[in-house]
Amino acid sequence: MNPSKRLLPSGRQLVIGVPFFWLLLFFLLPFAIVLKISFAEVEVAIPPYSEIVSWADNQLSVLLNLGNYVFLSEDELYLAAYLGSLQIATISTLLCLLIGYPMAYAISRASKEMQTVWLLLIMMPTWTAILIRVYAWMGILSNNGLLNALLQGLGLIEAPLQILNTDLAVYIGIVYAYLPFMVLPLYANLVKHDASLLEAAADLGARHLTSFWKITVPLSKNGIVAGCMLVFIPVVGEFVIPELLGGPETLMIGKVLWQEFFNNRDWPVAAALAVVMLAILLVPIILFNRNQAKELEGKV
Amino acid sequence: MKAFAKTLLAAALAVTVAGAAQADDKVLHVYNWSDYIAPNTLEKFEKQSGIKVVYDVYDSNETLEAKLLAGQSGYDIVVPSNNFLAKQIKAKVYQPLDKAKLSNWDNLNKDLLKTLEVSDPGNQYAIPYMWGSIGIGFNPEKVKAALGENAPVDSWDLLFKPENIEKLKGCGVSFLDSPTEILPIALHYLGYPTDSQDPKQLKEAEALFLKIRPSVTYFHSSKYISDLANGNICVAVGYSGDVYQAKSRAEEAGGAVKVSYNIPKEGAGTFFDMVAIPADAKNPAGAHAFINFLMQPEIMAEITDEVQFPNANAAATPLVAEEIRNDAGIYPSAETMKKLYTTVDLPAKVQRDMTRSWTKIKSGQ
Repeated sequence: MNPSKRLLPSGRQLVIGVPFFWLLLFFLLPFAIVLKISFAEVEVAIPPYSEIVSWADNQLSVLLNLGNYVFLSEDELYLAAYLGSLQIATISTLLCLLIGYPMAYAISRASKEMQTVWLLLIMMPTWTAILIRVYAWMGILSNNGLLNALLQGLGLIEAPLQILNTDLAVYIGIVYAYLPFMVLPLYANLVKHDASLLEAAADLGARHLTSFWKITVPLSKNGIVAGCMLVFIPVVGEFVIPELLGGPETLMIGKVLWQEFFNNRDWPVAAALAVVMLAILLVPIILFNRNQAKELEGKV
Repeated sequence: MKAFAKTLLAAALAVTVAGAAQADDKVLHVYNWSDYIAPNTLEKFEKQSGIKVVYDVYDSNETLEAKLLAGQSGYDIVVPSNNFLAKQIKAKVYQPLDKAKLSNWDNLNKDLLKTLEVSDPGNQYAIPYMWGSIGIGFNPEKVKAALGENAPVDSWDLLFKPENIEKLKGCGVSFLDSPTEILPIALHYLGYPTDSQDPKQLKEAEALFLKIRPSVTYFHSSKYISDLANGNICVAVGYSGDVYQAKSRAEEAGGAVKVSYNIPKEGAGTFFDMVAIPADAKNPAGAHAFINFLMQPEIMAEITDEVQFPNANAAATPLVAEEIRNDAGIYPSAETMKKLYTTVDLPAKVQRDMTRSWTKIKSGQ
């Protein structure tokens, strides 16, 4: 064997290495920085936190300040904010699933040409900046906006409905913005289903509804899980939509994090909040991975 | 392959050239509040000095501060409010001004400079740009309709007496979303020092707000401008210049909605926006030239005419448009001036308590 070949990584290793390098650079490294700040103390300086690693008298000392995490457990505000975020994320994910599943199902059953058109229509709004789309919703939902004008014009209501600056507006905005992330993975899954399975079920006397629940839904489980993850995880940390559409009562972790960082100049507590949020999000990710692993085992 | 190498070389050269242009003393990076300068100010400076200005804007002190504290903001001129400036000076964000390069220094208002020594002892790091008060913007017709002819529009009673604000709920009331600027109003109203660090007094201020909270439509620091102008709300506690901007907009829209501004008789808070040079500025010479340019009375008067905030340039006052300089809401009388207080920098602990109170007031949590 040629020894020089040994030193060069093989093509296989290189291919595997690229995504790992990507993760290292864009996930692990930033996370390590946030984790480091979360163990620091506030200082009036640039940057506004203390250095936790120091080198003096040939001694390397690492000073971990756990106070920020203790602090988070002392004020019920943070727990309430986490729960608020989880609640909004859970309800929005379910709403996205309820609306997105029939959409994805209908698209996957349409003719090939129409599928392209429908998918394009689903994706088209995402080509506009999210900020502009949220501002459009502000125009629609405000007291003298399109929706209230329409309802009043039809004589359905007398005084305008207060929708903007409430949790309802936040749900509308989030479901609207994240629906494509639910529909696309569901469609990708549903379109691959073998129609002969449904035919066989029909031959055996199953009604449409029965075969839908017994065949289509279980087969699309992976699509459902992928879609729900793609919606749930970013919504937990969502900041823009609740900030613009929500009212002062809308309590989400993104806003509290903003306050710690900007109003209180407390980067360490803000970092600790972010670390805890990631820990909360890791739970569904781990469950998902387990699920996938189990399924792979089942196939073998 | 050769073509590729050439492209690489070209790209490398382009980077070098761009780098050289950046290091040049002929570019000045200015970071200022949005809508806070006259349309021709920068053009005049560029013509006079031969320095090209790259102008960016922000809409909150917090945004600016996060950039400054992260370091290497890339700006040569920034405009923080005085209470933020004080903390940033302590964090060593700024370089001292070289007053030998500021020949127009004497145009500044000496009394205001003295007031500002709370934030910047010896006026070493910054010059005042514009200032203003935090008072009551209102729609006179709607307030009269709700509270009658004798509505106390010149007093904080309008908002802090539940029987008054309850009647205004129907037409809409807003407050700035800023604990360090709004809580001192309640402290002042209760007769406590506005920079109080006493938790008990802060709790009382919180309680005062909790009592009137159900009647407050929203807390926001800029939305009220268009809402006052459109008639969506009838009272807004806001920055003087912003309320005047709402007034101008309402007039431009045909004058169906009227907007007025009062500094309450009990007194009100003030803010000063200060021009300073970050310690890591790449073009400090250009920054000094810009500050000196800004201190020319004609230039400052033009900016005030545009943004309707009073400037801190004594020599500029006679050059300001008459209707602005004679408006007691913009240029307060000497008597009113005595009742104004400055927003000061507070210890981190007190500031955290205020933010926490504010969250409780707003969200009930």
